[in-house]
Amino acid sequence: MTIAEVSTKPSPATDSSHNPLTSPQPSLWRDPDAKPFVVFENVTKNFGDFTAVDNISLNIYRRELFCLLGGSGSGKSTLLRMLAGFEQPTSGRILIDGVDMAGIKPWNRPVNMMFQSYALFPHLTVEKNIAFGLKREGIADSDIKKRVADMLDMVQLGHLGKRKPHQLSGGQRQRVALARALVKKPKLLLLDEPLGALDKKLREETQFELMNIQEETGVTFVVVTHDQEEAMTLATRIGVMNTGNIVQVGEPHDIYEYPNSAFVARFIGSVNLIEGHIIEDEVDRVRVKSKHMDAPLYINHGISCAPGQQVNVAIRPEKILLSHELPEQTDNRCEGVIVDIAYMGSMSIFRIHLDSGMEVRVTQPNVARDMGARFTWNDRVHLYWDVDSAVVLTA
Amino acid sequence: MSNQRSWLLMSTSALGFLFLYLPIFSLVIYSFNESKLVTVWGGWSLKWYGELFRNEQIVNAAMLSFKVAMISATLAVILGTMAGFALQRLGRFKGKMMFSGWISAPLVMPDVITGLSLLLLFVALESLFGWPAGRGTLTIIIAHTTFCMAYVAVIVQSRLAGFDETLEEAAMDLGARPSSLFFLVTLPLIMPAVLSGWLLSFTMSLDDLVIASFVSGPGNSTLPMVIFSKVRLGVTPEVNALATLMILVVAIGVFVAMWQMRKRPEPQ
Repeated sequence: MTIAEVSTKPSPATDSSHNPLTSPQPSLWRDPDAKPFVVFENVTKNFGDFTAVDNISLNIYRRELFCLLGGSGSGKSTLLRMLAGFEQPTSGRILIDGVDMAGIKPWNRPVNMMFQSYALFPHLTVEKNIAFGLKREGIADSDIKKRVADMLDMVQLGHLGKRKPHQLSGGQRQRVALARALVKKPKLLLLDEPLGALDKKLREETQFELMNIQEETGVTFVVVTHDQEEAMTLATRIGVMNTGNIVQVGEPHDIYEYPNSAFVARFIGSVNLIEGHIIEDEVDRVRVKSKHMDAPLYINHGISCAPGQQVNVAIRPEKILLSHELPEQTDNRCEGVIVDIAYMGSMSIFRIHLDSGMEVRVTQPNVARDMGARFTWNDRVHLYWDVDSAVVLTA
Repeated sequence: MSNQRSWLLMSTSALGFLFLYLPIFSLVIYSFNESKLVTVWGGWSLKWYGELFRNEQIVNAAMLSFKVAMISATLAVILGTMAGFALQRLGRFKGKMMFSGWISAPLVMPDVITGLSLLLLFVALESLFGWPAGRGTLTIIIAHTTFCMAYVAVIVQSRLAGFDETLEEAAMDLGARPSSLFFLVTLPLIMPAVLSGWLLSFTMSLDDLVIASFVSGPGNSTLPMVIFSKVRLGVTPEVNALATLMILVVAIGVFVAMWQMRKRPEPQ
């Protein structure tokens, strides 16, 4: 059994922790018979010698808010641009709602895009910006007027219709861009770093607004972002990309709790990776011996690998517990010295040097006011965690 | 100290402006001179303005110059915009360096050379194909379009260099075909460059003496040519009146342009 299989198994934890805001719709991707809405079939895109997208196959379902998450140069933007029709795949097929998109020009696709720079037309007013797409369809002026007004109301900019883009704030421009992309009622809305240009506070508000609008309109969203926090809160599912490949696809919870590789574990949140080799591999448990640990590592899920194989055990900082006394459990523990504490208010981050020289990051919620006094610099502490807290990574 | 400095600054700049504008000022004043002699003041009069409009040669030359400037500025804007597009948007094409060099050559070429070589070209074309038949309005328009186009190409190219191309992608994404894209998005956004290219071309065409002298034929003298030939026989009060009118037109043009600029701030 591989990690990937473990992660796709609908565990009770996955369901109960599901945020009703992020996925109010039935989770089509969990239904093996569901018909995908957007299909990438072995899509490759080369720019000269450079392979931007490397043989990607991916299904996105109706009403999803799918996030493509990756660093710069990971190919996420190329994938989005291929959906919009600005780039043609070198090989492979893209289907939207069952229709092969090969040779269909951007202006004929049932797809609209919200650009990272918003790309609002500076010479047109807000109203005319939003009406631009409708005018191209040759819709009657009275209908255009009504739809533009409705759209402006939805993004709460009804009073600013006569302004030019340069007279708006960043957040207002973002909403105009969204309205302009949505007014044509596309089957698929593409968003390129939709919150990238906003400051932190505005981002959080806009995030929820974006989710509400997606729910209201029922349009399928594909979002490209390099910000893992944005992806985690927005997405129904995340596709993590690296060097032109999709390394893992899953719900935010799965990606965080069951990363399938060291890359994903490091990319999403922070993680401690402990090197070791397998000493026991059963269906329901593995033991890993590591030179950094006093006791063997014990994890309550199986993996398929060779005995003695080198692996990484990933443990999130918030899942490690600290104590001055030797914990009762005989597995999953080690000792170290606190070298650094960062007090963040709601929690504290500890940097702890193990005896082996390895550095471990631990976060502790400050559930009581005197938590700061309990552990201090140069304290020798025991670190321990539950059998289901860590994940074994073979990749 | 600072008082002394500001006094110095004031007096030098006053002298500078006096040097530049006193001749123009006196020209304007003397255009209202009653006397036939430009150097002798004979009292106020609008006589020479009347004379000016009765002088068929000057009126015809002014009409011709205006016509040539309108047509060649318009042609230069169309061709120059296309050239600017090719330079900025076609990426690296074969012979781009040569094309770019040829486009900007008229900018640095002395007018005498441009005029002479165009004259030789027209003569050669006439003897080979019989077109253009003789030299006249058509050859002046071709010549002016040729050198004005270079300026337009450079202005449009620099405007396009700062052009956000995602705007064009956004327009396509919203359903605009490439054919309508140019007129819906690109042209309105490069309009300031196109307009200033047109105005510059218009002014340069109106102003040109050297090239027009080479390529014009008998009976097709532009305004600068007529003024120049008149002044060679001595400055007449008529020319003063004409110059005053031109100053007035230019001043109005500049004020309108400034007023328009202020009314419509450039989006950042």
